[in-house]
Amino acid sequence: MKRAILIAASLMAGVGLASAEVAPLNVVYDDAGAVAVSLSGAPGDAEMGRKVFSTKSEGNCVSCHAVTELVEDVPFHGEVGPVLDGVADRWNEAEIRGIVANAKKTYEGTIMPAFYKTTGYIRPGDAYTGKAAKTDPLPPLLTAQQIEDVVAYLMTLKEE
Amino acid sequence: MKRTQLKTLGSTVAMLALVAGSASADEEANLVVNEEIEMVVRTDAPAHVENLSTIYSGWVFRSDETQALQMDDFDNPGMIFVDQAAERWAEVEGKNGKSCASCHGDVEEGMKGVRAVYPKWVESAGEVRTLEMQINDCRTNAMDAEPWKYTSGSMTNMVALISVQSRGMPVNVAIDGPAEMMWEQGKELYYTRTGQLELSCANCHEDNYGNLIRADHLSQGQINGFPTYRLKNAKLNSVHARFKGCVRDTRAETFSPGSEDFVALELYVASRGNGLSVEGPSVRN
Ligand code: HEC
Ligand code: HEC
Repeated sequence: MKRAILIAASLMAGVGLASAEVAPLNVVYDDAGAVAVSLSGAPGDAEMGRKVFSTKSEGNCVSCHAVTELVEDVPFHGEVGPVLDGVADRWNEAEIRGIVANAKKTYEGTIMPAFYKTTGYIRPGDAYTGKAAKTDPLPPLLTAQQIEDVVAYLMTLKEE
Repeated sequence: MKRTQLKTLGSTVAMLALVAGSASADEEANLVVNEEIEMVVRTDAPAHVENLSTIYSGWVFRSDETQALQMDDFDNPGMIFVDQAAERWAEVEGKNGKSCASCHGDVEEGMKGVRAVYPKWVESAGEVRTLEMQINDCRTNAMDAEPWKYTSGSMTNMVALISVQSRGMPVNVAIDGPAEMMWEQGKELYYTRTGQLELSCANCHEDNYGNLIRADHLSQGQINGFPTYRLKNAKLNSVHARFKGCVRDTRAETFSPGSEDFVALELYVASRGNGLSVEGPSVRN
């Protein structure tokens, strides 16, 4: 009995924590596609974001974008998207958050995938298995905190 | 911190260029196989391909080393599988006591020009057929033998043997008349953005051919070189197996090899290569 209450209490604490997080369906984009508030409710960690950016099973951003600062650590940068050197001089944090969460709100029809979106797909699959998705909505490609970490990393890419 | 970053910028940019350079190919090279068969690897796009002016064989985008493997049949590992199929050609199978040769004679005579026009509308069957479908129709009806699995080794090797008999001939699939509906269906699929990555064939192979996606040098996704021997899995790969892999990579539920959707897509993609030479079996990474 006591244990049940404890579990319930910790569950609620968990819910409490999660409520600081903005769920994918509740993200507010402004007219230009920017997102003003942190999706996780916490600040991002640039070092973690650098890893998310370059890890194949996470953001895999490097498959389309080159970053000079990464070259010595990570081979083979793609050239489908623009080089991101100095990206923080071109966009502010809210704009970058919007681009990473759902780039289609900033660039209509862009090839860049939406990393914090969970519904509205044609033939959604179960990750890279080729089989049908098991859930609707799908888990987003990146978690709220991973998005914040990537945003923090991109904010370090300044040239000026 | 910033200053040291700036200092290294010059050298790292050079490194970037190097990395890109090592993965890319001589896009100007010409392909002559066995110093004899001159392949058309780039030519004007057919009028029905709306967003390309020039079409390129996938060979153009491969590394120098991979390109070289396709220039001589002794170096092309795909030819081993063609030889295996050549043995099957005359092998009697099934309840009717027949082999492919019983009906079609010498493969060099009987199959010349066939690959170049498939997939095609087969009037007697009232459907668009891929080579694989036609082969299985021969097996089940003419030979009364077991059909081969659509992407099996036996099937893909036989498709390669038949392709070899058209090497150097221009791809020339018909898209009008009774094939038109399937062609439209394939075109629709080509431009549909599937899966959680919301990518269509066109996003990668029309909008971004020539670009690197990570270490992969994107081609136009032409199928004139199929079946392809891939260094990655050391066997011949069929068109529908490749389609399946590409759709899976968009984090989508794929279509099955041999399904109507993939037959339609094959007809459409083949037609985008009308004018390129039949190259199968080609060599890819
Ligand atoms: C499939 C390709 C692809 C992937 C994967 C991708 N992007 Fe992009 N990205 C693009 C393209 C293309 C653009 C330019 C927008 C356009 O023209 O469509 C872009 C634009 C951007 C921009 C604005 C760039 C500028 O210089 O103004 C940022 C920031 C960005 N991407 C970050 C990311 C991050 C972070 C990830 C991974 C979490 C990522 N991208 C993954 C293709 C991609
Ligand atoms: C995310 C990017 C991407 C998408 C989307 C994609 N492909 Fe590919 N495809 C590749 C890559 C990478 C390769 C290997 C390099 C190359 O040949 O382009 C490839 C190779 C191919 C090849 C082999 C070409 C050759 O010469 O051997 C064919 C055919 C092909 N794709 C067709 C398709 C079709 C049809 C679709 C849509 C159903 C599609 N692809 C969607 C990335 C993609």
